[in-house]
Amino acid sequence: MLSRSAENLYWMSRYIERAENAARVLDVSYRMSLLPAAAPKEALYWKPAIEIGNDPATFKAQYGETSQSNVMRFTVLNRENPSSIYSCIRTARENARAERTRISTEMWEVLNETWLSLADLDAAKLSAWGVRPFFDWVKARSHLFRGVTVGTALQDDSFHFERIGTFIERADSTARILDVKYHVLLPRSEDVGGAVDYYQWGALLRSVSAFRAYRTIYRREITPWRVAEMLILDSAFPRSLSACLAQVANTLQLLARSKRLECARLAGELFSDLRYGRIDDIFQRGLHEFLTDFILRNNGLAGALQKDFMMSDVVE
Amino acid sequence: MFISWAMRDGVFFDEMTAEDGSSRPAYAQLQAWLDDTPIEYLRRKRDEADALFRRLGITFFVYGEGGGVERLIPFDIMPRVLSSAEWNTIESGCIQRVRALNMFLYDVYHDQEILEAGKIPKDIVLHNRAYRPEMAGVDLPHQVYSHIAGIDLVRTGPDEFLVLEDNLRTPSGVSYMLENRETMMRLFPEPFAELNVRPIGSYPDILLQNLWAIAPAGSSEPTIVVLTPGNLNSAYFEHVFLAEEMGVELAEGQDLFVDDGHVWMRTTEGPKKVDVIYRRIDDDFLDPVAFNPESTLGIPGLLSVVRSGGVTLANAIGGGVGDDKAIYTYVPEIIRFYMGEEPILSNVTNYLLRDPKDRQYVLDHLEDLVVKEVHGSGGHRMLIGPKSTKREREDYAKRILANPAEFIAQPTLALSTCPTLVDDDLAPRHVDLRPFVLSGETTTVVPGALTRVALREGSLVVNSSQGGGTKDTWVLSE
Repeated sequence: MLSRSAENLYWMSRYIERAENAARVLDVSYRMSLLPAAAPKEALYWKPAIEIGNDPATFKAQYGETSQSNVMRFTVLNRENPSSIYSCIRTARENARAERTRISTEMWEVLNETWLSLADLDAAKLSAWGVRPFFDWVKARSHLFRGVTVGTALQDDSFHFERIGTFIERADSTARILDVKYHVLLPRSEDVGGAVDYYQWGALLRSVSAFRAYRTIYRREITPWRVAEMLILDSAFPRSLSACLAQVANTLQLLARSKRLECARLAGELFSDLRYGRIDDIFQRGLHEFLTDFILRNNGLAGALQKDFMMSDVVE
Repeated sequence: MFISWAMRDGVFFDEMTAEDGSSRPAYAQLQAWLDDTPIEYLRRKRDEADALFRRLGITFFVYGEGGGVERLIPFDIMPRVLSSAEWNTIESGCIQRVRALNMFLYDVYHDQEILEAGKIPKDIVLHNRAYRPEMAGVDLPHQVYSHIAGIDLVRTGPDEFLVLEDNLRTPSGVSYMLENRETMMRLFPEPFAELNVRPIGSYPDILLQNLWAIAPAGSSEPTIVVLTPGNLNSAYFEHVFLAEEMGVELAEGQDLFVDDGHVWMRTTEGPKKVDVIYRRIDDDFLDPVAFNPESTLGIPGLLSVVRSGGVTLANAIGGGVGDDKAIYTYVPEIIRFYMGEEPILSNVTNYLLRDPKDRQYVLDHLEDLVVKEVHGSGGHRMLIGPKSTKREREDYAKRILANPAEFIAQPTLALSTCPTLVDDDLAPRHVDLRPFVLSGETTTVVPGALTRVALREGSLVVNSSQGGGTKDTWVLSE
C-alpha cells in the first residue's frame, strides 16, 4: 500500500483514540470538581487535564487562568490546539477522507457523521448539549468507530496500521494519565503507598474504564500501588501499557513479514520489559521516572515505525 | 399532483410538458406517478436526499475568500427522462464525435494530414496553447488520446440536441451521475420498478477494463493509479470515488517518482512500478521538469517516461488541442474528414473573433450573444449579452479588441427546461446534458448522463460553482 495511506490510517486511529482519551480525562475532572475538596479545584482537576496530552505553555499564553471554562475551551473547542477534541475529530475525518478507498463505507460514515455533528460546535452549543452527555457521546462515537472497524474492515495491512495507531496512542495516554494523577494525588514521595482518598483513585480508575476491572482482579480496597500495577503490567486489562504494547508488537510482526525492522525490535523490547516487569522494581526506580522513560520509548517506537514504513525512498 | 406553469409562449422547449399541456411520451409514466404523489411527499424525499448526500460526504470544494469551503452539490430529486430513440441519437452522435476527435489528435501529433489538406488553419492547431510539440511522433496504445470525454449537450427542440462543448482533458461529474442514481433508487423504488430505466452502474468497470487495455506492452498485471492534486481540489470527492470503485490506489504527486525509465510509487513494502495513470491533474502541472516548473503536484520526469512508453496516461498529454473552443468550430469538418460521415450531432453556431467578418458581426450584436474566452472553463468571465448592462458590454468589447483570437461567441440558446423542485414547488429550470464517453479498444457510452440544472429562475448557467445543481438522468429502454 501507499506509504502516505499507511500514515493517514495510522493517524486517523490515533486521533480518534486521542479524542476519546481527552473526553475520559475531562469527564472525570468534571465529575470530581462537583465534590467537595480540600485543595483548590483548579490545581486538583483542571491543571492535570491540561498537562495530559496538551501543551500547557500554549494554554497559559492564550488563556492565563486555569479555570474550568478556560480548560474546556482549550481542550474541547479550540480550533488551533491540535489535541483538542474538535481538532482530533477534524483531523481523523480528513485522514479518512483521503483514504476512503481503503476504509469501509461504514467507517467513513461514522467519522463523517461525527464530524458533521461537531463542525459548528461552540461554547454555547456545548453548554446546551450538556458537558457530560457530550463526553459520553465522544466516547460512544470512538467505540462505534472501533467496532465498525473491527466488524467491517478487511483485515489487511490497512487494518494493521489502524490498530497500531490506536494502541500507540492509548499507551501514551494511559502513561500520561497515571503520571499526572499520581503526581497530583501524591505530591510528596513519602506518601506513596500511604492513605489516599478513595474517590480520587476511584476517579482515576474510572477515567480508563478500570473501576470494575480492578474489583474483579484484586477484590480488595483501592491502593495506589495496585492501581499502578494494573495500569502498567496487567496485560488482561485492555488499556494497560502491557496490553497495548502486546498488540503493537504482534501487529508489527505481521507487517514486517520476514524483514528485520527497527520498529518491530523496539516494540518487542518494550513489551518484554512490561511482560516480565515487577511493580516493586518500578517503584524502587521511581514511578515518575519509569513512566517518563516509557513515554519516550513509545515515541521512539512511533518514530521508527514512520521511518520503516512511511518514507520509503527512491529505488536503490 | 398537478403541475401548473405557463409555457412561456413556447420560447423554451420543456422536456416534460408539450405545448398543449400534455406530458411528452417519455414522461407519461412519471407524470402518472406524480399525479398520485402529494407535493409534501416530494419535499420529504428532498430532505432525505440532502441528509443522504451529507452523510455520504458527496461534496465539492469551492474557493473563496479566506480559503476553500466544502459544499454539498445541490441535487434535485426530479429526474430528467430520455426516450430510447432520443438516447440512440445522443449515443451514436457522441461516439462518432469522440472517435473522430481521437483520430484528429493522433493525426496532429503524427502526419498532420488534416492540416496538409487545408481543412483547418495550421496556426490554430500548432500555435495552440494546448498543443504539446513534445508529444509529436509518440505512439499511444490504441491511438487513443482522450480515454474519458464529457460532451456537453443542450436541447432546443424535440429533435435538436446541440453540442455546446467537448471536454477531452479531465472532465468531471461522473461520480455525481452514479451517486445520483444510487440516491434515486433508494428514495424512489416505485418508479424504477415501473419504468424501464437502463442501468449505468457498469461505468467504473468499463473504465477499469479500458485502463487495463492501454497498459504498456509487457505489463500483464498492470498497476493502475488515479492521480489527484489532493483534497483541496474541487473534484476530490470524484477522485476518491473512482479509485474506490475501481479498487486502485489514489495517488498524489508526492507518492510517485521516476527512476530508470519507469514510474514508481512509494509503498510500505518499497517502490512499486506503475503502468497506467488516470490523472486528474492538468498538463501544465503534471511534470515540473517539462512544463510548469512551479508545480508541486506533478512528478518530475514523467513526460520522458510517457514518451518512451514506460507508462500510459489517461487522458494523454496534449489532448486539450482537440477541445479548444476555437477548434470546436471545425469539429463537423473533422468528423467528415476522418469518418467520411455527416455529423450526427450539430454544433451551436460559433463565431470566431479572430475572423474580421465574424468579429464585426459579434461587436454589432453583443446584446444577443454569449461571448467566451477560448481557453476559459467553468462559466467564468463570460459575457451573457441579454443579461448584461451597456457598461459591461463596452468593457467586454475593449477586451475583445485587445486580443480577438482569445474569444468566441455563440447565440444565446433557448435551453430546454425540466421540472425542478425549487423552494416548495415544481418549476421549470434550464438544463444541459453531459454524457461520458469512454475509449479504449472500443468507444462506449453508458446509457445515462449528468444533467446539470440552473437552479436560479431564468438562469442559463448550470455550473456547480455558480449555483447549478444536478439531476438523475433516466434513459428508458425500448
